Amino acid sequence: MLTKRIIPCLDVTLDKKGGCVVKGIEFVNLREAGDPVWLAKKYNEQGADELVFLDITASHERRGTMIDVIERTADEVFIPLTVGGGISSTDAIRNILRAGADKVSINTAAVKSPDFVKEAADIFGSQCIVTAIDCRRNPNIKDNKDKTLIELEDGNIAWYEVVIYGGRTPTSLDAVQWAQRVEKLGSGEILLTSMDRDGTKDGYDLPITRALSEGLDIPVIASGGAGNIEHMYDAFTSGKADAALAASIFHFGEYTIGQAKEYLRNRGVPVRV
Amino acid sequence: MKLIIIDYGLGNLRSIEKALQYVGADVEISNEPSAIDRADALILPGVGAFRDAMMHFATLTRVVKDAVDEGKPLLGICLGMQMLASESEEGGMHKGIDIIPGRVIRFPASELKVPHMGWNSLIIKKNIPMLKGIENGTYVYFVHSYHISTQDKYEAALCDYGIVFPAIITNEGGNVVGTQFHPEKSGAVGLKMLRNFVENYGH
Repeated sequence: MLTKRIIPCLDVTLDKKGGCVVKGIEFVNLREAGDPVWLAKKYNEQGADELVFLDITASHERRGTMIDVIERTADEVFIPLTVGGGISSTDAIRNILRAGADKVSINTAAVKSPDFVKEAADIFGSQCIVTAIDCRRNPNIKDNKDKTLIELEDGNIAWYEVVIYGGRTPTSLDAVQWAQRVEKLGSGEILLTSMDRDGTKDGYDLPITRALSEGLDIPVIASGGAGNIEHMYDAFTSGKADAALAASIFHFGEYTIGQAKEYLRNRGVPVRV
Repeated sequence: MKLIIIDYGLGNLRSIEKALQYVGADVEISNEPSAIDRADALILPGVGAFRDAMMHFATLTRVVKDAVDEGKPLLGICLGMQMLASESEEGGMHKGIDIIPGRVIRFPASELKVPHMGWNSLIIKKNIPMLKGIENGTYVYFVHSYHISTQDKYEAALCDYGIVFPAIITNEGGNVVGTQFHPEKSGAVGLKMLRNFVENYGH
């Protein structure tokens, strides 16, 4: 039976001295051990099903460091690795895949140029093109009759608007319609982040997770809001997600991947242990 | 033992190269018929579409077929496994290398999500050397939209994704093995299978 995937996410950036940092964790004393690579190895040993690296600065200077991190991770960790953050050309994808990544996630560049998704999928194959969709609830349904209206937990109705540039810029695109479009363009997977929940630890945004999972043939990775393991259980059951991504609950040692899987298995969710 | 990863110009070979090096293999990536001829064992990787892969592979078909006919071990991975079949319906009907009789077909349209992506368990049917020390029910990593359909005697392991399909195939001589999953992405278990291939084939 196909299992639900648990995916730790490493938001990688630079510190002032140009060293590597995973959001909230400075690798000051771990430089020799390999910074994010060290964390990747730890998660691999704990039984992570995949890893995601998000380059959250995505500056030009950053790129070389990221390639180095990908190479050093791929040398030692033999599970699927996805890299995202500021990717906007097929050359960038090629370099990242050559460094040892298995998939790339495209976000803002896809919205600005949907053909980029098709071009990338045609060249590299759908299996390695993940479209990251950041979205935010929009309660204005009166002027948006063409959007996918979704019932929220409290019974109110909203539609979910795609946002880009790290959530700063609304696009007026409907998240469900956009996901269906990128599926047609050849994207092999959707990484869904609800900006209403990201960083809150209140749990994943279940209404949009379920709407996307039911409305698509490709897998959906739920992201944003995980505060405990029960939230993951909810994402897989009520949210019907194929995979759940989390960062801080693993980074700060609240749970190991193994503990999360044990809990899920005991509650009847198929996981790889 | 010298392993050649056959490079027919598509896809990323770094992952499989790294994994084989990790388990101690002497690996080289090449598209030279002479290198294929000299190798102790061959790896046929595969990413992308069947038709493109076979088009790029075309000139190597003869030398690879001759090599396996002489008993040289070959491991085909994912699309590389599918290419071992007689034909594939991906993008119209196209001929494969035809080492193992069978046809590559798409998962039927249903409630199943396609591609079949993620960790699924093996139902082991035959204890081939590649599976030494691997338990029935072991999880491995799959990414594919098509699967091979072949005769029972070529099936070494199956996988259940709503429909049951071959996860590992092998020829009658046992020197050719194909895995629909990616051993190089299947963590410690996948590395163990690759080590089994390196240590138990081609001697």
